[in-house]
Amino acid sequence: MTSLSLLNRLAMALITLFGVAVIVFVLLRVVPGDPVAMMISPGASEADIAALRAHYGLDASLSVQFAVWMKAILSGDFGTSISLHRDVLELLAERLPATLELAGAALVFAVMLGLFIAVFATLTSRTRLAPLVDTLNGLFLAVPDFIWALALVLVFGVLMPVFPLSGRINPDVQEGFHTQFFLLESLLTLRFSSLVDISMHMIMPVLALGLPLASIITKVLKQALAEAMVQDYILLARLKGMSRLRLVLQEALRNAIGPTIALTGVQFTFLIGGTVIVERIFAYPGIGNMAIDAVINRDLPLIQGLVLVFGAMFILVNLASDALVAWFNPRMEG
Amino acid sequence: MTEFTRRQTLAIGAAAFLTGILSGRTAVQAADPGTLTIAFNVNLPSFDPTVGPSAVNPTIQAIYRSVFDQFIGQKPDLSFEPGLLTEWGWNDDKTKVFMTVRDGVTWHDGSPFTAEDVVWSLERAAKQETGNPIQFIWSTVGNYKIEGNKITGDVLRFDPTFFKWMAFLTGYVMPKAYYEKVGADGFEKKPIGTGPYMVDEYQGNAFLRLKANPNYFGGKPAFDTVIFKFVPDTTSRVAEIESGASDVTLEIPYEEFDRLKAKDGLAGVATPISDIGMLFINNIDVMNDKNVRLAAHHAIDKDAIVKRLLKGYGVPIDTLEAPEYLAYDASIKVGYDAEKAKEMLAASGYSTDKPVKFKIQTTRGFKPKDYEMIQAIVGMWRKVGIEAEIEVYEIAKHYELRAADQLAPAAFYNWGNAIGDPTTSTGFAMFGPSPHSVWNTDDLDAMIGPLWGEKDEEKRIAGWKAVSKYIAEQGYVIPLLQYVQPIVYKSALKVTPNVSGALQPTLVSKA
Repeated sequence: MTSLSLLNRLAMALITLFGVAVIVFVLLRVVPGDPVAMMISPGASEADIAALRAHYGLDASLSVQFAVWMKAILSGDFGTSISLHRDVLELLAERLPATLELAGAALVFAVMLGLFIAVFATLTSRTRLAPLVDTLNGLFLAVPDFIWALALVLVFGVLMPVFPLSGRINPDVQEGFHTQFFLLESLLTLRFSSLVDISMHMIMPVLALGLPLASIITKVLKQALAEAMVQDYILLARLKGMSRLRLVLQEALRNAIGPTIALTGVQFTFLIGGTVIVERIFAYPGIGNMAIDAVINRDLPLIQGLVLVFGAMFILVNLASDALVAWFNPRMEG
Repeated sequence: MTEFTRRQTLAIGAAAFLTGILSGRTAVQAADPGTLTIAFNVNLPSFDPTVGPSAVNPTIQAIYRSVFDQFIGQKPDLSFEPGLLTEWGWNDDKTKVFMTVRDGVTWHDGSPFTAEDVVWSLERAAKQETGNPIQFIWSTVGNYKIEGNKITGDVLRFDPTFFKWMAFLTGYVMPKAYYEKVGADGFEKKPIGTGPYMVDEYQGNAFLRLKANPNYFGGKPAFDTVIFKFVPDTTSRVAEIESGASDVTLEIPYEEFDRLKAKDGLAGVATPISDIGMLFINNIDVMNDKNVRLAAHHAIDKDAIVKRLLKGYGVPIDTLEAPEYLAYDASIKVGYDAEKAKEMLAASGYSTDKPVKFKIQTTRGFKPKDYEMIQAIVGMWRKVGIEAEIEVYEIAKHYELRAADQLAPAAFYNWGNAIGDPTTSTGFAMFGPSPHSVWNTDDLDAMIGPLWGEKDEEKRIAGWKAVSKYIAEQGYVIPLLQYVQPIVYKSALKVTPNVSGALQPTLVSKA
C-alpha cells in the first residue's frame, strides 16, 4: 500500500467514523427510552425533572447537543457515564484491552483451525474422510457463537467442569497487574500461573467466538485451494515430483490465501460484534459486556463512546486486512 | 548465571504453561471454607450508594449493605433495628428530630466514625446538586446540631417516612473526611465504609472481592472473604452453582430452582419478597368505565397464574400492600369471578360477541414469566368479553411512557417497597402528582393528599387502608402477585432469606 493510498484510506476512515457518530447520536435520541425517565425519583416535581434533563445536557436541541458532543470528543472528552459515574474514555481504556485480547485470541484460534481443516480437507479431498470434514465444518458454520457459548457452559462448565465459567481471572488470586492487557503482561513478565489462569478463563469464550469464523475460513480457503490445485503451475510442480503436501503448502496456499485474508478481515468484524453476547454469557469484563449494561440503562455518553470504539475497530481491521492482502498479492493494490 | 536462548525461554514457558494446566489448576478448585462466592445477577455500576440509578436498585443494596452501614438497620423481616444510629425519633409535636450516634465505630481506613459523618451525609443527600434520587425526603429535615454523639435537627416539612428511608435506598452514612479528601472519583476507585466487609478488589462486570472487617461493630463476619461474581446470564448462574464454582446464587427460573435444590449437596429457599407484579390502569378510553376496570380484575384467576406459570412461587394479592407491609389489610378482596365480570361488561354493553377492546403493554423477560402472564390474562379476558392487544416493549420505554403519562390503558409493571410503608407503594404508584403514577383522578388524590403529612401514625395507616379499599372498589389498579425469590446454595451453608430481596453475605453462614 503506497503512502498516498494509505492517506486516502485514513481520510475515508475518518469520514466513516464521523458518519457512525452522526448515526449513533441521532438513533439514540430517536429510539424509545429516555434516560431521564429512568432516573426520576418518586417525589420529583416538573422542575426537578427539567433540572435533571438540563444536568445531562438533554434539554438543548438535537443539533446543539451534537455540536457540544463533537466539540468535546475532538478535545478528547467523551463525557461521563450516567450509570457508572466515571469518565467514558477511562472506562473504555480499562475494558477495551480485555475485548482486544479475547478477540485477538479468537482470531488466532480461528485462523489456525481454519487453515488446518482447509489444508487437511484438500489433502483428503478424494478420500472417505472428505464428507466427514465437510459435515464437521458445516456444524461449526451452522451454530452461532452464542449457542456455542451456552453449549460450552453446559458441557465444560457443568457436565465436565474443566474450565472457569465466568470472569477473566480467578477472583481469589491477588495479581496486581500494571496494565489491562492481563494475558500479554503475564506472558511478558513470565508469570506462568497467571498466564494459565487467564488462558483457562479465555478458552470457552475463544471457542465460542472462534469456531464459526474458523468454519468460514475453512470454506473459503478450501474452495480457493481446490481452484489453485488445477492450475498449470501446480500440474508442472506435480510432474516434477513434488509431494501433495508440499504442493498445497508451498504452491497452492500462497495463491489461495489472498481472498481468505480479505474475507477473514470482514468476518473478524462480525466476531468483534459477537463479543457483546459472548462476554455477557461468560461474565467477561470487556466492552461488549459493558455495552449491554449501557443500553439497558440508556447511558447515552457511554453508548456513544462504545459505538465509536467499535466503529474504529471495524475500520482498523478492514484497513489491516486490505494491507495484508496487498502485501500477499501486490497486483490487488489499487 | 545461567543464560537461556530465546528458544529455551519459549520452551520453558510452554512447559510451565502445560504443567499449570495438567497439575490441576483448573476452574473448579476446592472452595476455601473461609470464602463465600455469590453468583450475583446484576453488575455493580457504582460504589456510591447515594447517587445515580444504582442507588435505587434494590438488588444492589446487598453489596452496599456489605460495605457501608445504614443510619438505621433493617432485619430480614423488614423490621428496623439500630444501625449507626442507636436511637432516633421526633419530638412530641414533630417539629424536631433527634438521633444518637453509635460509639466505638471506625471506618475501614481506621479513622473514627463520628456524628459529623452522619450530619454531613444527611446534608449532602438533601442537596439537589448531589444527585441523590431520594433528595425529596432528605430535604425535609435540616439545621442539624451536634452535641457529642447526639444530633438534633429541625423538621422543615414533616414526612412520616423520614426515618424509614434511613434503612432503605440511599440511607447510608458516608465518610466525610475521606470523601472530601479523595473526591467522587477517588471514592469510586477506593471506597471505604463502616460495614462488615471491606473492598479488596473490583473488576467491573466480572467480580467484587471483599475482606472481612475485623473491627466491625456487629462482630467479625462469618467469612474472611466474600466474592460477588457478576453473572447476569441466567444459564451461566445455574451453571455456576451446579458446577460448584459458586456457593450461592439467586433469581433463576423456578423450574431450575426445583431441579437444583433436589440435587445432592445443594439446598434452596424461596420466600416472598417486597416486590409485586401489577397492571397499571390508565384513566383513558374504555378504562374510564368502572365496569370495564372491575371486570378486567374479576376475570383474572391469579391463583391459576401462580400455580401454572410460576410453579406455585408467588402470592396472589388484591391491593398494592403485600402481607409484610404496614398497611396490609387482609379483608380487602377482589376475587376471581368470571361470571361477575361478564355481568359487569354486559351492563356496559359488552359481551364475547361484542368485546371491549384496548391495548395492554408488557415487558418480555424483565420479570419471571411476565409476557406469559400477560398472554394468560389476555386469554382469561377473552372468555368474558375483553379483547386486548399485547404490545411488548423494553423497560426503558415503559419508564419514558409512564413519565409522560402515555401508557396504554393497561400496562404490566413490578413495584418494590422494601420499607413496607404505604407511601412507597400505594402512595407513589397511585397519587396523581407523583411522576410514577398512572391513574390520575381528583377523587383518589383527595384521599391520598392529606396522608403524606399525617402525624398521627394510627390515623395515617388507617387512612392508607381506606385508600387501598377504595382503589379496589373502583378498580384503579390490578395488583397481581407478590414475587418469590429463589435462592440456591451449597447445603453446607445456611441462608436466611431477606424480605427486601437483598442477598446480603451477613445473612449467609456455615450450617
